[in-house]
Amino acid sequence: MAAGSHDMAGKPARARKGDAAVTTVVVMRLYIAGGAPNSVKAIANLQAICEQHLRSSYRLELIDVCEYPQRALDDGVLVTPSLTKVSPGPATNVIGNLSDTGSVLAALGVRARAMK
Amino acid sequence: MAARSRAAPKTLSKVATGVSGFDELSRGGLPRNRTSLLLGGPGTGKTVFALQALVNAARIRRQPGIFVAFEEHPAQIFENAATFDWRLPALAKDGIFFLNAQLSPAAVQSGDFDLGGMLAILGAKKRELGAQWIVFDGIDVLLALLPDPGAAMREIYRLRDWLSNNDLTAIITTKTDSDESAAVNYGFLQFMVDCVIRFDRRLEQSIPVRKLEITKYRGSDFAAGEFPLGFGPAGMVVAAPEMAEIRHEASRERVSTGFAALDSMLGGGLLRGSSTLITGAPGTSKTTLSGLFAESACRRGERTLYVSFDEGGERIRRNLTSVGIELDAHFKSGLLRMYSGRTDQVNPEEHLARITALLREHRPRCIVIDPLSAIAKTGALSSARAICNRLIYRVRDENITAVITALVDGDDPQAEATALQISTIADSWIHLSYLVHGGERNRALTIVKSRGTQHSNQVRELVLSASGPALADVYSSGGEVLMGTLRWEKEAEESARKQRRRDEYGRKRRELESAEADIAARIAALQLELDRQRAELALYARDDEARQASSGRLKNERKRLRSVAAAAGTASAPARQRTARTSTAARRNGNGGRESRHGG
Repeated sequence: MAAGSHDMAGKPARARKGDAAVTTVVVMRLYIAGGAPNSVKAIANLQAICEQHLRSSYRLELIDVCEYPQRALDDGVLVTPSLTKVSPGPATNVIGNLSDTGSVLAALGVRARAMK
Repeated sequence: MAARSRAAPKTLSKVATGVSGFDELSRGGLPRNRTSLLLGGPGTGKTVFALQALVNAARIRRQPGIFVAFEEHPAQIFENAATFDWRLPALAKDGIFFLNAQLSPAAVQSGDFDLGGMLAILGAKKRELGAQWIVFDGIDVLLALLPDPGAAMREIYRLRDWLSNNDLTAIITTKTDSDESAAVNYGFLQFMVDCVIRFDRRLEQSIPVRKLEITKYRGSDFAAGEFPLGFGPAGMVVAAPEMAEIRHEASRERVSTGFAALDSMLGGGLLRGSSTLITGAPGTSKTTLSGLFAESACRRGERTLYVSFDEGGERIRRNLTSVGIELDAHFKSGLLRMYSGRTDQVNPEEHLARITALLREHRPRCIVIDPLSAIAKTGALSSARAICNRLIYRVRDENITAVITALVDGDDPQAEATALQISTIADSWIHLSYLVHGGERNRALTIVKSRGTQHSNQVRELVLSASGPALADVYSSGGEVLMGTLRWEKEAEESARKQRRRDEYGRKRRELESAEADIAARIAALQLELDRQRAELALYARDDEARQASSGRLKNERKRLRSVAAAAGTASAPARQRTARTSTAARRNGNGGRESRHGG
């Protein structure tokens, strides 16, 4: 896992292209603690959720608090892993390794996609 | 290996917390660079304790610290601590870093998490500040979010390792009233830490009483048992008993009680720095004696603190004025400080904290606590006892001369011994009582004990008047002390006897004087008589001379006539001879007759 803060999904969001469920780009931050087991799990879980439900219409910033503790403090994040949805709508937080997909989607304000 | 090195620490070093009383109980404070756990229900004082240790370290030793608040927002903590003189907002800018670790109520949980990130953040902050202390306040809030006890245990181990790698003196607080799973957690917490302090709060006679108990202290001796605690301006105060080692310097200086008669009964006054207990039933003038002591202390220019309960300072000053004790001027000059506590709502711990704060603020040399027994009215007797002891030792530590009163029911001084047990710690004990005898109640004063002093053990009668109190001599008759009317009767009888003796003497003297006068008068009369006699005698003598002279003339004349007559005859010669004989006898009678006439 690469440390530091970077965008995981660099591709531009393909909004409104045959997909009514996703209308806006979801902006998220995932705070992790280096290679801690829960952090590793969280990244994997989030990647899966994004793949399945958000396609490419999201932006994710990954922050390793071991390297950027001040950033985490400024953002008011303490426990890891922790996911913050920055936009759209009001900011929401999900803590944990994101193993419960339903609650993550609810927090992100995304309706679960029907199966492929 | 690791376990062995933990079990036998090289040298256990301690850091004072600044929590008055606790540092004595723990023989020096919390273990340095180790973790202590504070357990207890909500509102038991865990947060205040932890914060106070941090404040003390930051203010006194300039050791920076970190406060991680899981339960309350730092702003809320500042507000709660605003009653203490800690100036937290200023410290928060320099000295203590407050971390708001509350999870947003909107946060959703999805799966397991850990403290790895938080510890990384705190580690960075610690290095930045050079922090030596850390407090995790309300860690149970965080642990409760972990999905299972196994995860909680794992995080506790993670925390332990992090703490032991970071050389931090740590305090973790956790609530104990949570559910069963939390109980498992704090069971583990207790295992991993070096010191465990339990806090408790319960209602005793509908007044909340807080207590703390050290239940574990690795490698250290500590005072066992529960100790009451309260809050004062400087924070938490624990009513710890005095340590076994007593280090009060013994003074030989005498301090006046303000009551000369009592001073002399005490062999010159109270010893400087000693504490004197005055016990008595209501109205036996305990306050008057307290007032006298306070007044004389102020007159000597000594700062004095007058603590009263359930009666305002102004009323006390007014009442004392009626027996000639003037405290107003000293109060106005600031020499005398008065504190009046209410016992109906405030618990003893709080009084202790407030009085302790006043001791620090006013720095008195003399103190009056009137009546200390009022403390026992509130809360539990056991904690009141501990607090009274603590207070007395505190006062003695500072070499303050104390007069403490205690109300006892009835006239038996031993009743005190079963109540607050102050009498065993006090250096002197004066008991005031009413002696009921012959249908009267009179105030009596007895010195029950006075350490380091020769004292009178006689019961004296205390008489109050507008000019102040006085101790009357008592009459013992047949082993019984007489007071009041009986004393008065005895006194009256005594004075009547004196009067009689005086009268008798006077009478005798007058008798003797009159006898003397009588004799003198008689002497004077006799003298007069004598003078008169002498005068008479003199008269006779002159008479006689005159007669002799005249008889001489007569003889000469007769001679002349005889010679004339001789010529005529010698017939008249015998008559001439008789006349000469008579004049000799008269002269002799003038001497002898004086004796015979006055002989009777």
